[in-house]
Amino acid sequence: MEKRHLFSLMLLVLLAVLAVGTVSAQGTVELRITWYNDGNEGDVLRDLLDRYEAENPGVKVVIDTIAYADLDKTLQPQVETGNAPDLARVTDVSRYKGYYLDMTPYLSDPEAWAAAWPAPIIEWMQSGPEDKGLYGFMTQATVTGPFINRTLFEQAGVDVPSDSSDQVTWQEWVDAAKQVADAVSAPDLKVYPVAIDRSGHRVWGPALNMGAVFFERDADGKPLMDEKGNVLFTADSPGFRSAAQMILDWHANGLTPVEVWAGAGGSYASARDFFTNGQLVLFMSGSWQIGAFANNIGDAFDWEAIPNPCGEAGCTGMPGGAALMAFKDSKNPEAAVRLMEWLSSAPVHKEFVERSLFLTYHVELAQSGVDYQTNVPGAKKSLDTFLGEIPKLSDDAWVLQTARNSFSLNIAIRERLTQAITGELTLDEAIQRIQQDVDDARASS
Amino acid sequence: MSPLRPLSRAVTAVLGVADIVLEPLQNRIGLRRMAYFFLLPNLLIFGIFILFPMLLNFYYGFTTGESILPQNREFVGTQNLAKLLDCQDFRNPNTCNEDRFWRAAGNTVVFVVVEVTLIVVFSLATALALNRKIIGRGFFRSVFFYPVLLSPVVVALIWKWLLQQDGLLNALIVSAGGQRQPFLIDSGWAQFWAIIVGVWAQMGFYTLILLAGLQSIPPDLYEAGEIDGANAWTSFRFITLPMLMPTMFVVLVLSLIRAVQIFDHVFVLTGGGPGTATLYLVQYIYTTAFQSRNYGLAAAASLLLALVLLVLTVTQLRLGRRAEAA
Repeated sequence: MEKRHLFSLMLLVLLAVLAVGTVSAQGTVELRITWYNDGNEGDVLRDLLDRYEAENPGVKVVIDTIAYADLDKTLQPQVETGNAPDLARVTDVSRYKGYYLDMTPYLSDPEAWAAAWPAPIIEWMQSGPEDKGLYGFMTQATVTGPFINRTLFEQAGVDVPSDSSDQVTWQEWVDAAKQVADAVSAPDLKVYPVAIDRSGHRVWGPALNMGAVFFERDADGKPLMDEKGNVLFTADSPGFRSAAQMILDWHANGLTPVEVWAGAGGSYASARDFFTNGQLVLFMSGSWQIGAFANNIGDAFDWEAIPNPCGEAGCTGMPGGAALMAFKDSKNPEAAVRLMEWLSSAPVHKEFVERSLFLTYHVELAQSGVDYQTNVPGAKKSLDTFLGEIPKLSDDAWVLQTARNSFSLNIAIRERLTQAITGELTLDEAIQRIQQDVDDARASS
Repeated sequence: MSPLRPLSRAVTAVLGVADIVLEPLQNRIGLRRMAYFFLLPNLLIFGIFILFPMLLNFYYGFTTGESILPQNREFVGTQNLAKLLDCQDFRNPNTCNEDRFWRAAGNTVVFVVVEVTLIVVFSLATALALNRKIIGRGFFRSVFFYPVLLSPVVVALIWKWLLQQDGLLNALIVSAGGQRQPFLIDSGWAQFWAIIVGVWAQMGFYTLILLAGLQSIPPDLYEAGEIDGANAWTSFRFITLPMLMPTMFVVLVLSLIRAVQIFDHVFVLTGGGPGTATLYLVQYIYTTAFQSRNYGLAAAASLLLALVLLVLTVTQLRLGRRAEAA
């Protein structure tokens, strides 16, 4: 009898615990964010979310952080099988169109939301001209552009070309950087004049400035597209040939560390470590490097971003960035949109970009300015330089960035140029293969 | 009381609970059919994780599109296979429609031939050495087997630290007054090291198999050979080698199949580069699917690879049967 009573008591306690747990689970809304990190922004976000959770006791926000390289491999199956997270930070915004949550019915003031972000950003997230939905916001803006090691220029006694001219060409920069590298290189420390990230995206800016035409426009000035909405990319133009030949020459003449393009196999690679180690005079990359440079270089030497080198067609960089998008699979769309509103509000977003050292597309903050929280002079100066690059971004650069099939051009340029660098293909063959690759990708999309 | 007694009671209790379910089932379907019931969990795992993905992959090979859901993919028949096989001269990938596939295929053939040859030769030599009564035999056996215990990713990272431009090997060369060598960024060097690292990582496993084969040869044969005046070479040629042939055949087949599937350590070591110098078929399939997002073409390439592996396996079975019959 006693045993039976004990068993009944235990059963009751178990049921009571389960009941309390269920009530608690029912009373709390859990939101999940799929996230990746370039620098410290994950920590900043967690800090902000802790504050949000304290202000909203019924909400718990979980950040699922994954490596950038695995972002789309993880997200695509989730999204397509109806298991998307509530929110996700994505760079390939076009990829998940049709799966985003239109936040309009849940937003307290949709017009204010739309007015807070530049029209091209809102349109980038929409499926077409008829689509008026609001789907997310940019957690950061990025602009491609070069960095220089000013200390090396000073040690070599070479003038920094941009100090005396607003429009410096690539040739002028490379000539100056070569002088610097020759002067400061030592037997035990090879300094390279120039390097560019192994990415087609990084090549687009210099190519556009040299007159590359990656697509034709119709009579209305819109890029020519196929019926699926893919831009009809063209690889062969004198401007692109010039840019590609320039990069080939850097490799052939030993001006750049070969391992960045030739040693990375089939993936993106950055020359960041060479710059951080003081082995690089000029590094073509982008604004997202600032946080890492502030942490890893600090004031060990003087570094700064410089305006994009110019060509006969302009001085543009490439826009870009990472967006926080809401997905329509969310079980708690209202709570997800409340969180989006809070994160994108001017004061919160201001704190996020100030602490993460990110540029922003937020209209109000772009006008009022942000006070970046760093004591590293190079970081502040670089952020100012990149802010100054945003108005110079060309229309073609925006089309390249926002086209749904631009990834194919990015990868094709990266892989085929590498084959030209290693001698597997001539430049002519590489350009033919780039064209074939983007056409094949369009056909199979 | 034996310390195992509570455990035994617990097991009996669990089996008693299982009996509640299994006994009526056995009464219903009979003792013989119960075997199928016990096989069911394994069959389910095989079906869900192997058979179903294989069938899905087969279907993907005949479709196109960016979606991973079968119902959202467009059926295109043999278009993907035709694209892969469209080539004027297979020896010159530049004349092929999908040049990277044929570069990968060519690289894989070279890799398989060289790596398998080296593995068989070095494993045999090592097994022969370790079969002798040498000092520290146990230690050396462990040393050669140790790399097998490491994950291929760890193996590749260790070698990468050794071989990269500012790696240990180049540091030694520079300190000795030499010049840095482009071990991982020159095509020839990269191909060389991809093979050497593979041999180093796997040799211990095959050495162990051959060692077991050597130890199963009856010593009487060597004694008889000695009486007949056989020297070391003739003993090896007419006793060891013929007796070891079945084991050698196992080593050959296992290393061959594994070499065709090469991916992991090379992906970490060189990423397939420089250019496509160390791009092998499995990595081609991986990058085509997950970088170029051409799942259909990747699936078609994997079907062709499966065909090659099937031919190898059937050949192995036939040769094996022939050897047994002989």
